[in-house]
Amino acid sequence: MACNGSGCQSGSCYKDEDATCNQPIKSEETDSTNPTNVCIKCKLNDAVSGYGGIDDGRFCADCFKTNLFGKFRFAVTSNAMITPTDKVLVAFSGGPSSRVALQFVHDMQERAQRNFDASRDRSLPVFGVGVVFIDEGAVLSIPSSEMEEAVEVVREVVSSLVPPRKELHVVPIETVYPSDSGDGKERLIKVMNTVSDPTGREDMLICLRMLALQKVASECGYNRIVLGSCISRIACHVISATVKGQGYSLPADIQYVDARWEVPVVLPLRDCFAQEINMLCHLDGLKTVKLSTGPCSSINGLVSSFVSLLQEENPSRESTIVRTAGKLTPFQFNRIPEIIDGNVPLATRRRQKRYNLKSNESVSSESFCPLCNSPLNKSEIVDWSNMDSHQNSDNFYNTCCSSCQFQILPSDSTSMEQFYMDLPQSMVGRAKQASNGDLSLLREQIQDFLLSDGEDEK
Amino acid sequence: MEGEGERERKRGGRVCCVCNEARASVKRPKTLQHMCRECFFHAFESEIHHLILNNSLFSPGERVAIGASGGKDSTVLAYVLSKLNRLHNYGLHLFLLSVDEGITGYRDDSLQTVHRNHLQYQLPLQVVSYKDLYGWTMDQIVDVIGFKNNCTFCGVFRRQALDRGAALLKVDKLVTGHNADDIAETVLLNLLRGDVARLSRCTSITTGEDGIYSPNAYRGFAREFIKDLERIRPRAILDIIKSGENFRISTTTKMPEQGTCQRCGYISSQKWCKACVLLDGLNRGLPKLGIGRSRGSVGSENGNGSKVEKSIQGKQCGTLDF
Ligand SMILES: [Zn+2]
Ligand SMILES: [Zn+2]
Ligand SMILES: [Zn+2]
Ligand SMILES: [Zn+2]
Repeated sequence: MACNGSGCQSGSCYKDEDATCNQPIKSEETDSTNPTNVCIKCKLNDAVSGYGGIDDGRFCADCFKTNLFGKFRFAVTSNAMITPTDKVLVAFSGGPSSRVALQFVHDMQERAQRNFDASRDRSLPVFGVGVVFIDEGAVLSIPSSEMEEAVEVVREVVSSLVPPRKELHVVPIETVYPSDSGDGKERLIKVMNTVSDPTGREDMLICLRMLALQKVASECGYNRIVLGSCISRIACHVISATVKGQGYSLPADIQYVDARWEVPVVLPLRDCFAQEINMLCHLDGLKTVKLSTGPCSSINGLVSSFVSLLQEENPSRESTIVRTAGKLTPFQFNRIPEIIDGNVPLATRRRQKRYNLKSNESVSSESFCPLCNSPLNKSEIVDWSNMDSHQNSDNFYNTCCSSCQFQILPSDSTSMEQFYMDLPQSMVGRAKQASNGDLSLLREQIQDFLLSDGEDEK
Repeated sequence: MEGEGERERKRGGRVCCVCNEARASVKRPKTLQHMCRECFFHAFESEIHHLILNNSLFSPGERVAIGASGGKDSTVLAYVLSKLNRLHNYGLHLFLLSVDEGITGYRDDSLQTVHRNHLQYQLPLQVVSYKDLYGWTMDQIVDVIGFKNNCTFCGVFRRQALDRGAALLKVDKLVTGHNADDIAETVLLNLLRGDVARLSRCTSITTGEDGIYSPNAYRGFAREFIKDLERIRPRAILDIIKSGENFRISTTTKMPEQGTCQRCGYISSQKWCKACVLLDGLNRGLPKLGIGRSRGSVGSENGNGSKVEKSIQGKQCGTLDF
């Protein structure tokens, strides 16, 4: 099966849209479901069609745009994704999905600004927006001129979205290493080259990308990260996670909110089809860039072509997949953490009730894979009392999820040691935290029997 | 669990990792170990033996039918079970159960294989025909409805045939050789068609009646997809099953009411099972009845068949898929 695009990344990251968003927009055709071809909403204008998705051919261009923006806004408000005091960071890859996410966030901010200017008491502040572009040139085999051009387009787009002005952070992926060490790029390349499985390489890059996004967000004071993951992208993730044996952790990645990270990640385009997003870019002439990555032979690429084949056969297939997987039980962290029952919008409360998410419940007791940060299934959680190895790299290996162990981590001990040495500190730290967390739990249990307070955690 | 073996495996070495002597000729997708044929068979057999013991699948003296299709899976199953039965004195009355659809030419090859198994493993063979089970042979059905729609009948009738045959022969347990590919395919299909309730069930040991039988394109795509997957990562099949087992399904997710057909007693979420709907149509001269996506045009309300006329026993807990 051939890969249907050049970008075959997977996961819930903002770059992944490329894999499903590059189907050409078909020319407008008469649609059999709506023979009159008049917009079902305003009943005035001609409907636009041929882009795919379940609403194809039902709306005119204007109503189509209103409808798409409506899906975005509903996702934002009903999940309390953005509140007036927030400072949100939009992850912009240059692709259509994140381009639309950026546009919609801007539209919302612009409205808020207008309301603010018009209001007398100026009580509601306007949320801040920043944009980040991660330059993955260090690990992608593309000419540097191409990356420069992409960055140029990104700059152009961001500077056109004013007022309000948005800060743009163009950050190399090696930012996951401390800048003063000077060897970050080499270590990154070494780490990536150790991963022999093509799917593992792509997934490793996704982990690193999230690490970079988190770093930028926390260093620059953002409290939300907006990703452009659309329904098509999420459907692919459902299938590829299933194929990689990640059935347990899957629901963590496909919700509107993912707050397992230091800075919560939100997916406001979770209900929009890639085809709709492409159509909007086409209608509004939104500029996008696509980097030419080589052919792929990964599981992610295979899944992506499988899903687009299914979607072609049945335009609601992607949403069926996401709806089905959406019924799996989400995790405690799949909600904005700081919201308290009193000031939560009604819709949010309803949703939380439906999924049994109690906002006053204590912190989730999940353990996480230090590499990909996915919650671990019971069988994957190591028992530290049985851990006989004193090798840090062995301990790290054992705390990772079985999927990472198989497709990312090297299988022999020596390469594992080298790989561990070259990992970014934050990943290594997660593993240490996992073992320390366990120790502190133990400490708590035996507290009464301890003679004195020993040394604390480093 | 497989971490250790995997980490210590020598990438170049192609000697069996169990006996360290013979040349490895099999790479088990489950563990990625290179093994020689002998060691592989030994490991496989002892796994099945432990599966049987740990789940107390059989009791001594039971009549156990092995669903025999003539395919690879059922041949392996017949071989292993008859060997284990002898070796460990399970005390089972084993026999092969085969279904003859009554399609001229179609079954000749596979029935031959079943016959070979019967001779080779000295297992008695019972063949039940569609005529016995449904009153119609497949050829007769095709005569009435044409080639176009007969897949619907094939699917429904085939799925139920072994169960019905087992009931007809009053067996205690029916064993079928569902392999990992089948189970993985089911997990995927349930995701694709939105069957949340079954997501959790599809990897457990028994399978009931499926929802929609009309041949759907996505079924074919899924099969192709699994083949492609297996090519680039053999372990993916087992990973899909693992995902299916680990899906977080809230206990409040409603399973469809697991009722039984009011006509024949077969597991059905509708008043009549799909086969009875189709048969009714055939017998009344309305063969198109029940074909297609509509979920049972007859008796579509949910009925827990408490009054069962002809009961099919032994299905509820009696089918074991390997
Ligand atoms: Zn309109
Ligand atoms: Zn992991
Ligand atoms: Zn051997
Ligand atoms: Zn029936």
